[in-house]
Amino acid sequence: MSNDTMTKAKKPRFHDRLSPLNQRRLKNFKANKRGYVSLWLFLILFFVTLFAELIANDKPLLVSYKGEILSPLLTDYPETRFGGFLPTTDYRDPFIQEEINDNGWILWAPIRYSYKTVNMDLPTPAPAPPSWMLDKATRCAPFDQGINDRNCTIGNWNWIGTDDQGRDVLARLIYGFRISVLFGLTLTLFSSVIGVTAGAVQGYFGGLTDLVFQRFIEIWTSVPQLYLLLIIAAIITPSFWILLSILLLFSWVALVGVVRAEFLRARNFEYVSAARALGVSNRTIMLRHLLPNAMVATLTFMPFILNGSITTLTSLDFLGFGLPPGSPSLGELLAQGKKNIEAPWLGITGFLSISIMLSLLIFIGEAVRDAFDPRKTFH
Amino acid sequence: MTKTLSSQPLLSVRDLSVAFQQDGKEQLAVDRISFDLEKGETMALVGESGSGKSVSALSILKLLPYPAASHPSGQILFDGIDLLNAPDKTLRAVRGNRISMIFQEPMSSLNPLHTVEKQIGEVLSIHHGMGEKQARERVLELLNDVGIREPEKRLKSYPHQLSGGQRQRVMIAMALANEPELLIADEPTTALDVTVQAQILELLRTLQKTHGMALLFITHDLGIVEKLADKVCVMTKGEIVERGATKELFANPTHPYTRHLLNSEPSGEARPVADDAPILLETEDLKVWFPIKRGFMRKIVGHIKAVDGISLSIRSGETLGIVGESGSGKTTLGLALLRMISSEGPIVFQGHHLDGLNSKAMRDKRGDMQIVFQDPFGSLSPRMSIAQIVDEGLAIHAPELSEEERDAKVVAVLREVGIDPDTRHRYPHEFSGGQRQRISIARAMVLEPKFVMLDEPTSALDMSVQAQVVDLLRDLQAKHGLTYLFISHDLKVVRALSNRVIVMRNGKVVEEGSVERIFKAPETDYTKALMAAALRMETAPEGVVAD
Repeated sequence: MSNDTMTKAKKPRFHDRLSPLNQRRLKNFKANKRGYVSLWLFLILFFVTLFAELIANDKPLLVSYKGEILSPLLTDYPETRFGGFLPTTDYRDPFIQEEINDNGWILWAPIRYSYKTVNMDLPTPAPAPPSWMLDKATRCAPFDQGINDRNCTIGNWNWIGTDDQGRDVLARLIYGFRISVLFGLTLTLFSSVIGVTAGAVQGYFGGLTDLVFQRFIEIWTSVPQLYLLLIIAAIITPSFWILLSILLLFSWVALVGVVRAEFLRARNFEYVSAARALGVSNRTIMLRHLLPNAMVATLTFMPFILNGSITTLTSLDFLGFGLPPGSPSLGELLAQGKKNIEAPWLGITGFLSISIMLSLLIFIGEAVRDAFDPRKTFH
Repeated sequence: MTKTLSSQPLLSVRDLSVAFQQDGKEQLAVDRISFDLEKGETMALVGESGSGKSVSALSILKLLPYPAASHPSGQILFDGIDLLNAPDKTLRAVRGNRISMIFQEPMSSLNPLHTVEKQIGEVLSIHHGMGEKQARERVLELLNDVGIREPEKRLKSYPHQLSGGQRQRVMIAMALANEPELLIADEPTTALDVTVQAQILELLRTLQKTHGMALLFITHDLGIVEKLADKVCVMTKGEIVERGATKELFANPTHPYTRHLLNSEPSGEARPVADDAPILLETEDLKVWFPIKRGFMRKIVGHIKAVDGISLSIRSGETLGIVGESGSGKTTLGLALLRMISSEGPIVFQGHHLDGLNSKAMRDKRGDMQIVFQDPFGSLSPRMSIAQIVDEGLAIHAPELSEEERDAKVVAVLREVGIDPDTRHRYPHEFSGGQRQRISIARAMVLEPKFVMLDEPTSALDMSVQAQVVDLLRDLQAKHGLTYLFISHDLKVVRALSNRVIVMRNGKVVEEGSVERIFKAPETDYTKALMAAALRMETAPEGVVAD
């Protein structure tokens, strides 16, 4: 049929599908320079830290040993492979390094520490200051051959010092940033899904459903969250997912109000009545006709919820009720900075990283809010 | 103001252009229009939506959203003052004082938080610095003038306590408060019922005579123009294409667009239906009562009887018109018949009882009974292409069809309603009001229903588009043997489409009969008043209709 071929050729592409309104929103978003730049900065930081293992790791990225290419990053080789006797290989061990270098080569990550690597070759007692604050002699003193030691390279620098357990702060920062953002994103995603669903059901059905749910939410939100978190954290050892579920118990209510209001408003729109008259099921009406209306409010709120999630995690970590001990976390870094006031690099790093991350997210949030602002539609 | 200027017209618009800036582009909304208005004269600016008539009127008081709007050319002289270049202070002294304006929507033009006294008093205190007591006297006088009964009682009323007609009267009182020399009325009766419209027009006419002010009347309704205006300017696409004294222009229209407008009244009549045609839909003593709950225990203290015991039957292939003022319950009746809202009483469709069916069983029947809504802008989801919109019901009621077969059906039905099927992947905002209404009709028709409820399908459309939609509906009915329930307050459209008519008021049937009888020989006072107002714009004796 000639008509059918025409149909296929005329299916719209993405940009054409973007309604003029959305095109204008995109333009408004880009017009907010600060937010737009923040978005790119944040995306770059997030993307880079996603590959934290390739940037900061105490295992080499690649090893050539006796003609074989090994990747310690992916596989755990027992030390026996390199002539030792331990079940896992410590590649930072000078003995192993010598053995490999004699029979091939090692490709290290730019930073030769992971978040949990304890630097045994500290020039000063931990917390050690950033390496660039020391001269070469002091820096290389801990190594066997001093200045001439193969390990006295830039890769073994502690760019922003170590914490009080001798762990590299930069490595911990990179991993900590990643876990904070991932935690925040996951929490935001889950609480949005639950919040939007709850708001949608209340708004769409209204009446008794709405009444009961609203009273429940009022009671639920008046529970003192922080104390409850502390109690729960005292009983079970929190892991990433346990912490996420506990926080989720309270964070989902954030979006219910706006989504409910949007659904209450939109359920009487004529195109919703028209869909009902066509016999479309409630679920489909909610998904296809009403949800897009609520998305504007949801998207506007999302960066701020993300910010809140990250802050909550950081404060719990700071108090010591957050992620299990040893995990890289910005809150723990702050706590260390408070404990070791004589090592200002800890506190300053913690403060700067958290404030920059949160500021970037707020700027993005502002730009998103601008983009969806109906009053700015016609500028 | 002085005698030397009286040789000049009161308002003189010369070469006025209005441009709007959007996305860096300039769009000309009004293109070099000129007109003069003498003292005490009534001029109508006629045109369809988008013709630039309201924009022209708003620019007289510089009420457009500057700087998004601009005037590339032109001059507006009001009694010698160049309004376009006047400083804000001069403009403020003119606005609401020497030139007043009334708007279309009486609900949103009044501040819902202020009483009638405060709203009108504000104008008096701004321009004349009147004290409270002095202002109250003047307000009472004004309310009396605009025909509000018992004005003392109405002083403390809030806008929501007034009916639409009363609100518009208050608006007019505000506009008249300072005895303006020019009154601009921007579609002041479009949102009102026909009976109220007739009253408001009558009021404007008497007020204009007694106050001797000039009236610039903006409307799309030629019936009003003929009744009210001394001269007419016909606008289309931002230009005035024809002007002249009302009588001459109506007798000898020269421009094709004017002729098109004058010929665009819905015409024709419904096809007769055989007396023995099977009854498709029937109901008896149908009630839709909304409970009024009061007090702590939410006890039901009474009911709002939206539909109060209506019986009707519609034969297959017939069109039943339902007319009445807003609030008479006609839409509620239609929605109840389609089980879109809950009701009491039997509803029999094709011999099967619809009452008591659960929503799932009802869903199977939905394909046979469809609705076309009033607002072509609100009834299409803005985020779906029109192919998706038309296809939505098909996917539910004909799941056995493949995607290609469904698409072929969508193409066929769009062609049938006069929409180019190649445009089906576009979004509703790219279509005009008339086209959107055609798409709404296509959405209903694609399911091949037996019964269609048309809820004011033409009210939101321009006059010439109305006629086209009426023709389309009649053609579709003939072709597919459809049965219509046609709900409208526009009696001209009802006459062109219905076999039988039911006149409703306050949820009850006032009169019922064939379309000829109802229109030629109405029996009740209410129907008579309705006919007089709708067809001849005459007011009814007091008490017959609402105010």
